[in-house]
Amino acid sequence: MHEMALAESIVQLVEETAAREGARRVSCIVLEIGQLAAVEPEALRFCFAAVARQGVANGAALEIRELPGRGRCGACGGSVALSNRYDVCPACGHAPVDVVGGLEMRVKEIGVE
Amino acid sequence: MCTVCGCGSGETTIEGGMQAHSHEHPHEHEHTHAPGIGAARMVQIEQDILSRNAAYADANRQRFDELGIFALNLVSSPGSGKTTLLCKTIEALKAKFPIAVVEGDQQTANDAERIRATGVPALQINTGKGCHLDAHMVGHAVEHLRPAEESLFFIENVGNLVCPAAFDLGEHHKVVIFSVTEGEDKPLKYPDMFAAADVMLLNKCDLLPYLAFDADLAEANAQQVNPALKIYRVSATTGDGLTDWLQWLEAGLAQQRTRHAQTVDQLKARIAALERQLAEP
Repeated sequence: MHEMALAESIVQLVEETAAREGARRVSCIVLEIGQLAAVEPEALRFCFAAVARQGVANGAALEIRELPGRGRCGACGGSVALSNRYDVCPACGHAPVDVVGGLEMRVKEIGVE
Repeated sequence: MCTVCGCGSGETTIEGGMQAHSHEHPHEHEHTHAPGIGAARMVQIEQDILSRNAAYADANRQRFDELGIFALNLVSSPGSGKTTLLCKTIEALKAKFPIAVVEGDQQTANDAERIRATGVPALQINTGKGCHLDAHMVGHAVEHLRPAEESLFFIENVGNLVCPAAFDLGEHHKVVIFSVTEGEDKPLKYPDMFAAADVMLLNKCDLLPYLAFDADLAEANAQQVNPALKIYRVSATTGDGLTDWLQWLEAGLAQQRTRHAQTVDQLKARIAALERQLAEP
């Protein structure tokens, strides 16, 4: 969706952290992105490369760890793997299932030099 | 650009050429270039990518609550009738309480001009290439608009059913407008927005006799994504069905007013108690 805005926020977080750590260069950035977060990893990579160009994160490798969609059924209490927000519970047919994982959009860690 | 809040970059403009902050940030950073550091090491961040937006949104919400303002974020695809609906809503309520509006569009101040023609203050934000409003833009707009205490505050987001779902602006509710000239399956195609909204207005219902649109199916699809979604069938053009929506708005504002009055009473009681303490020998 709004990968450019996300890329700008990532670069901002990374540059602040790099400045605080006195880093000359950021070698890698690890992101955790949920599969239900409506983020297109390839579009995010493209936007990141463009946004990072001027700063300390230029050329940093972007590692995107995709976290699976997970839900808990409000009716039967079962754990459910979700590929869509409105998937029905495979055990009892209840919908929608409460989303408990897969919406993450997080900068986990960065490698600095 | 300011690396603290991102001001001054990109193409976002607030009407009247206002782009500057009214808040101060320290713009220098400390760089500790210790000699000998060169080896790679990992630094934990563990922060939400949108954490900065969330902080601005919380600040906006706190400000709305302190002033007893009821704030709504209107979202939809382009052409659903948001601005017409907003104009009709304003016409019906403007005699009862103050209203202010923030308009988001990529280009033109057309919508803000339409709102101002109803007699209430409006501010246009042009996002340039941006596909959504963020909480920081709205915070600046609030500073410029200075909405009255115990008023209604509408944010008409950029027409887009995808991106605005992810950005909390500090509103009390997202209201999604879905028109009957779209497809019944729109809530299933764009579930994030329908999951993020608390209210759905099914607009242009005056056209139902001329369309093959199944309104019951559309509602069922929306509630499949979000069973708690409150739905009103309306026509902004004829005014049909608007009464329930207006009552919902008035009830929300009444709640904010009660909260505001309680806060003011508490502050007064606190001042009185402090004055008594000071008066004691």
